[in-house]
Amino acid sequence: MNNANDRPNWQVRAQAVAGGVRRRVFEHVLRNGEGYLSQACSAAEILAMLYTRTLRLAPLAEPLRPGPFLGVPGPNNPAYVTGAVYHGPPGPDLDRFIFSPAQYALALYATLIEVGRLAPDGLDDFNRDGGTVEMIGAEHSPGIETTTGSLAQALSQAAGIALARKRRRDTGRVWVMMSDGEFEEGQTWEALAAAVFHGIDNLRVIVDANGQQCDGRIATVAHLEPLPERIRSFGVTCDEVDGHDLDALDEAMHQETGRPHVVIARTDPVRGIPILAEKAPLLHTLRFASPEERDRFQAAYSAMTAEAISR
Amino acid sequence: MSPEIVARPHVQNFIDWARDKPEVVVLSADLTNSSEVGRWRDTYPDRFFSMGMAEQNMLSFAAGLAREGYTPYIHTFAVFIYRRAYDQLAMSVAYPNLRVRMIGFLPGITTPGGVSHQAIEDVALMRATPNMTVLETGDATEVESVLDVAQAVNGPVYVRMLRGAVPRLFPRSQPMELDRVRVLSEGSDVVLITAGIETEEGMRAVRSLDRAGVRVRHLHVSTHKPFDDPEILASIAAARHGVVTAENHTVVGGLGSAIAEKIAEAGLGRRLIRVGLQDTYAHGASRQYLAREHGLDALGIVRAVERLVGEPTGIGPDDLAEVALEPLVAVERADSL
Repeated sequence: MNNANDRPNWQVRAQAVAGGVRRRVFEHVLRNGEGYLSQACSAAEILAMLYTRTLRLAPLAEPLRPGPFLGVPGPNNPAYVTGAVYHGPPGPDLDRFIFSPAQYALALYATLIEVGRLAPDGLDDFNRDGGTVEMIGAEHSPGIETTTGSLAQALSQAAGIALARKRRRDTGRVWVMMSDGEFEEGQTWEALAAAVFHGIDNLRVIVDANGQQCDGRIATVAHLEPLPERIRSFGVTCDEVDGHDLDALDEAMHQETGRPHVVIARTDPVRGIPILAEKAPLLHTLRFASPEERDRFQAAYSAMTAEAISR
Repeated sequence: MSPEIVARPHVQNFIDWARDKPEVVVLSADLTNSSEVGRWRDTYPDRFFSMGMAEQNMLSFAAGLAREGYTPYIHTFAVFIYRRAYDQLAMSVAYPNLRVRMIGFLPGITTPGGVSHQAIEDVALMRATPNMTVLETGDATEVESVLDVAQAVNGPVYVRMLRGAVPRLFPRSQPMELDRVRVLSEGSDVVLITAGIETEEGMRAVRSLDRAGVRVRHLHVSTHKPFDDPEILASIAAARHGVVTAENHTVVGGLGSAIAEKIAEAGLGRRLIRVGLQDTYAHGASRQYLAREHGLDALGIVRAVERLVGEPTGIGPDDLAEVALEPLVAVERADSL
């Protein structure tokens, strides 16, 4: 911790959580043989900031253990609970967090473990039959409040939640985490227009702009940029920052603009795990081409954990 | 005497109904007066939300409001609810079983707006959507009473709504009830099962058939899902020749299909003729023209009954034009005594 003496405590904690997220996800992907790794690389600081600095959530007495899947929601399923329980009891002065890119679920679960909201062995249930820690999470999965795996629906859902909270005079905000690829869906722009039209100023969006999607680099798949200018032209305020710079994220995420506010966090899809760059341009999910490749990634993981311990 | 025609029954009824329900809010997608909620908006401006022509956002946005305790009543044309925004309807609204009410106007051929405006497969899709309750209004009394039925449901509700000049076929004292058919006539030759605007056509057909000596037991359906009223199977089992269904919808997946499922699952082995759009789109024309073209009018129902019975009745268009209808008190049901 010596090299962090001159830094405020929150940054040390956020950086530690971010590092832990990358290691946990990397470890899991190695054990599992495949998985969503680049999302942890790009979003580790964003998720760490949300859960250690930005979101006002009630604390939990202890980390929760993921329960079995108790069936889909319906009129005859009173046992149903959403992943919101991992965020603690809601309150009028507390924030809500709506997680949009459900394909980032593994990174989210790792974050919840790092911040003490999900039991340390919670990933043992990942993608396990009969469990709730689903590969592409739904609203029974840890930390997931609404069903969003069909992308770009969360922002609209969150806008509705935020409007209802505004009418109740709640002071808490509604935060949404999105991926940049979701701005290819028309619904995202519909939602931004509606949020501005209805003055939903308690809505906050943090976007992991890692420039990647399933087919490869976004620039080779669709026309998306300039994203900040496009968003601002809708009447929404927008800051663009380095998504790995905690101070820059902190400043942008604390803006009170009197409007819906979007933070575009420019990120590196291989940050912290540079060996992953070998798999470019297809970084959406990692699959090892050979046992040799897997061994080299294993060695990179070992070096990474050794370095973390030596700090 | 023709039935009383009620002018825009939804307009004032919905205003009165919502007065003591502050949780009820309305979302509209640029079809506010067209969905008969212009005066509602002016009466309760604080509870009305213009969502613009953006139905995908509207469905998910409504889900967010519903999660926070509001009961959104989406008002727009039926097609734009289920075709434009089906993924949002399924994932944001139906999967979480949220209390969103989708009031879909202009079902089937009730609009001359052509193929883009005609909801012809909505019952099929909504029936296939888990957690969904599916209602259809057939007259002014049902337009007025569907709100209570919808509001009592713990989950999402899709309503095929009528607007404008709506006949009153059923007395106001007999409101719509969830999953209860109305028995409109007695007879053991054929059972006729109709929904929505087809019920009025069916009533005309039944009068003429009765004069021609064919006795029809006529059931009116206002709940497509759930669909468990035992009256349905009991009536089918008692029908000598079989069943005719009539729906303002494609015959694939709607009322006729639901009846086919009932017959097959019960092992009844009755013949079934489905009146409706025969796996085709319609086009822009008057309701009367389209009903005649697709056999959805009273004559089309008569012809279906003739096919089922196996002999002509001699009924022609002129006979049906002379048939008078008056508000019909449903036949007393044994199980409602």
